[in-house]
Amino acid sequence: MVHVSATPVLALRGVSKRFGAVQALTDVELEVHTGEVVALVGDNGAGKSTLVKTIAGVHPIDEGVIEWEGSAVSINRPQDAQQLGIATVYQDLALCDNLDVVGNLYLGRELLRLGSLDEVTMEQRARELLNTLSIRIPSVRIPIASLSGGQRQVVAIARALIGDPKVVILDEPTAALGVEQTAQVLDLVERLRERGLGVILISHNMADVTAVADTVHVLRLGRNNGSFPVKETTNEQIIAAITGATDNAVTRRQSRNAEAAK
Amino acid sequence: MSSDKTTLDKGIPAEEVPPPAVVAVDPRLLVREEGFKGYITEFKRRLRGGELGSLPVIVALIVIWVIFQSQSSKFLTSGNVLHITYFLSGTGMLAIGLVFVLLLGEIDLSVASVSGLASALFAVFTATHGMNVWLALVLTVAIGAGIGVFQGFFFAKIGVPAFVVTLAGFLGWNGLMLWVLGDTGSLQIADTGPIHLLGQNSYFMNQDIAGAYVLATVGVAALLAGSLVEQGRRRKAGVPFRTTGEILLRTVLLAIVAYGMAIVLNNAGGVPNALVFFLIALIICDFVLRRTTFGRKVFALGGSVEASRRAGINVGVVRMAVFGISGGFAAIGGLFLAGQTQAATLQGGGGNLLMLAIAAAVIGGTSLFGGRGNVWSALLGMLVIQSIQTGLDLLNMNQSIQYMITGAVLLAAVIVDSLSRRTQKSSGRA
Repeated sequence: MVHVSATPVLALRGVSKRFGAVQALTDVELEVHTGEVVALVGDNGAGKSTLVKTIAGVHPIDEGVIEWEGSAVSINRPQDAQQLGIATVYQDLALCDNLDVVGNLYLGRELLRLGSLDEVTMEQRARELLNTLSIRIPSVRIPIASLSGGQRQVVAIARALIGDPKVVILDEPTAALGVEQTAQVLDLVERLRERGLGVILISHNMADVTAVADTVHVLRLGRNNGSFPVKETTNEQIIAAITGATDNAVTRRQSRNAEAAK
Repeated sequence: MSSDKTTLDKGIPAEEVPPPAVVAVDPRLLVREEGFKGYITEFKRRLRGGELGSLPVIVALIVIWVIFQSQSSKFLTSGNVLHITYFLSGTGMLAIGLVFVLLLGEIDLSVASVSGLASALFAVFTATHGMNVWLALVLTVAIGAGIGVFQGFFFAKIGVPAFVVTLAGFLGWNGLMLWVLGDTGSLQIADTGPIHLLGQNSYFMNQDIAGAYVLATVGVAALLAGSLVEQGRRRKAGVPFRTTGEILLRTVLLAIVAYGMAIVLNNAGGVPNALVFFLIALIICDFVLRRTTFGRKVFALGGSVEASRRAGINVGVVRMAVFGISGGFAAIGGLFLAGQTQAATLQGGGGNLLMLAIAAAVIGGTSLFGGRGNVWSALLGMLVIQSIQTGLDLLNMNQSIQYMITGAVLLAAVIVDSLSRRTQKSSGRA
């Protein structure tokens, strides 16, 4: 259903990261293609956030290579990642409550006309962007404070798209949302894929992951613990990889029942 | 979701999804009704939501004027109005700088001391050292801005709370002023150049009766032309725009106020130059805050420091710049106040000047909590404060009564600010 390109837009090869005595990431491999949603799952402390922060340039990597469209790059600062075309939407959305939607979308990247803010063009483009993403908010000129949690989340994601990125990282985008709002955000993730973006989705929610992701990468204790195409994988297999339980209650019962049947 | 899947399976790229030509209107959208009625309902909704804007201060101003006029028939004479508008400009300059700082959600307690120091330095430069007055003016304002940046450095880079840094400045710069003036006590400043322009006998276009009307006409025409250009651009871009009726209403309201003031001031002699400079400063600062990236950064920092940092805003630089602006305007205000008395005295920047400047910004509607407000609150707040002071002077009230009443008005303003913020929160608008 998705045209997966031959060369991944973003690839991590043998990436390691240490914090003092803690080996946070060991030899991690990850590939993201254009038009692909890669879910990154793992238990608390598995290294999901650290991995995302290395990609976003918050923590430079110690060992390994980050490849961007096939060639090795070094990402040492958040600006490096932004210039490459990696946009990150953090869990705490980092929006200014007192500014309106247009102001937030263009914060730090304001369009100018004759040296002053070009509010008209910014408003026009903001409406176009929100329309193509089918985002429904009351008005682009109301302060963020007036929006619901789900609306804020979609505004935060739309904000990441202003700089025309190629890869978008979403950190727990549905964590604090209700059912309807989660559905809206998942719809939006699918629309990002349709636009040909690579999406890295961090989530705790298996239902969300299997609903939108193409590939699931499991991290466990800072190492790769399996990569599964979503279509051919059951939730149990993924959860087994997350918890590291090759033998769990399910497999034990199955084997016991099989023995009893004999 | 299922409909999305079907479009996906057919392989239609995102660009071919039906364009937003026929935008389905979300029933939850708050669409303003057409015409005058829509204007009223929108206004009511804002009031209920706690977005009071300048309304409380305008109501307060009318109440104050009615009370004083009923007590003393001299209050609303043109001479007294001229008195109010002339004397509000000095402290108003301090209030402009404070608006910038308050928008960050911070406070600058040093502005009064810096203004006193500025008048003392200007007096020493010109009277003692015989420096060119214009050079001395530039130098004094630059020193004021430098003091602000210096204080901003400790706040932005070292992390000392702005309250404490500027409290130290409040004492320190006052001490420096006393040291600069030395034993002589006070210095006369010659009535020339900028000091003459800021003095009580300096009027726009030399008291020519046309002067006031020129100013009023320029202001009204600028608003009308600006609004129409904006409307044209917005209509072309297909985004919501102000209706022509609304633009005319706003223009007529401004015209009534502007020409009304012009007639009153012309009766009393003319438009004082100090007021003209104050209005020019207000227009420039309003443009900076609403129409430049710097202004947008100031508001963003008042909303969320972390969000601003992630958006790539250099938080430290913006903070230092804002404190620099505050220091610069404090120095300018000091020169305005020196122009009123043509002298630099040991009492410069003392008394309740600091409290009046902060009170003006807050009474005018700029929030103490950061992120909400505009520079026009410096003008509106000073109108309130100067009206009270002048009115009480007319009634021969004691200084003690003046302090108590101004304090009560400040408290009322902060209560309105806190309540409106709470209402905004509960109706999801803060």
